[in-house]
Amino acid sequence: MADSPPRVERPLSPHLQIYRPLFTMMMSIVHRITGVGLYFGTILLVWWLLATATSRGAYDTFMWVAGSPIGLLVLFGFTWALLHHALGGIRHFMWDFIYGFGPKERVLLAKATLAGSVVLTVLLWIVGLALKG
Amino acid sequence: MVELTLPKNSQVTAGKVWPKPASAKTLTEFRIYRWNPDDGRNPRIDTYYVDREDCGPMVLDGLIYIKNKIDPTLTFRRSCREGVCGSCAMNIGGTNTLACTKGMDEVLVKGAVNIYPLPHLPVVKDLVPDLTNFYAQHASIEPWLQTDTAPPEKEWRQSKEDREKLDGLYECILCACCSTSCPSYWWNGDRYLGPAALLQATRWLKDSRDERAGTRLDYLEDPFRLYRCHTIMNCAQACPKSLNPAKAIAEIKKMMVERQI
Repeated sequence: MADSPPRVERPLSPHLQIYRPLFTMMMSIVHRITGVGLYFGTILLVWWLLATATSRGAYDTFMWVAGSPIGLLVLFGFTWALLHHALGGIRHFMWDFIYGFGPKERVLLAKATLAGSVVLTVLLWIVGLALKG
Repeated sequence: MVELTLPKNSQVTAGKVWPKPASAKTLTEFRIYRWNPDDGRNPRIDTYYVDREDCGPMVLDGLIYIKNKIDPTLTFRRSCREGVCGSCAMNIGGTNTLACTKGMDEVLVKGAVNIYPLPHLPVVKDLVPDLTNFYAQHASIEPWLQTDTAPPEKEWRQSKEDREKLDGLYECILCACCSTSCPSYWWNGDRYLGPAALLQATRWLKDSRDERAGTRLDYLEDPFRLYRCHTIMNCAQACPKSLNPAKAIAEIKKMMVERQI
């Protein structure tokens, strides 16, 4: 119609800014972040493999970087990301069988994923460092 | 599209603090999102004080108190005031819920009741969001009985056991609390059907009388319509009727696998 008022530009209601962070939601985000982190971790693995196939010097360079404090920290983070994402994957697998959707179960599963990933990472490193001697 | 921040015209600014009601002893602070399509300004947060001795216990009682006694321009939807109609769905204390079934004292954050419209929707005015897309998505799953066999002389019969399969699905009041709590729906609401529409899809897929499960699944088998659900579970947490859309969606995903094998 010719005399209708001009269209109003409607605002978008606030979302992430105002929604209370729920534990299960945060764990979903962490699952995403660890998943992205694994891409970078895989690049490290490829570097290691290439170094072993290239030369003694290349391998020494890798070992020097991986053995540095920052390198160890990155490897520790990579281990945690891998285990966290793997346990998260098991959680998704359970959901695929329609298990773990109840209000208590879903929080329990999220907590178990977080606690399990931390415990397994520390255990793995203790075993790893002990074997290395 | 993932956009973590609000567009320029949507950023919320400080608003007006309305005077406290005279001679009130017990006050509860309400901080409410306001947007007026006619004044050309950005949304703002207005502060009101509700006299608890002159007001019922629910958040909706507080809103009606404000509209009647402080500021008649405050705009919101409400009807049944008992959790049946789904009109007064809004974001209260950081979670989507119904204003009529939520007590003020349950949602206090730093002593105040914070109220926003349902998240990530175009705002019509104040606490009234535009739900056109939400309703269209519900219509798209064709929420009615579809059959190929000729209709029986009387009603379509259903055993008690088959009827029980609809429990936890048919109670949905389409308030949109779940869909607008879902980050996946925030980022892809134009293509992802969202928890409410998918829960309704499950309701018809599970109905023993319905004969079009195959067509229904064909429609849903899509990377966006169904599979944007990443089991974030905000929907199940938000539902004011304690339904579980996340579980209903998982059941559709399972049906998709089962019909392949």
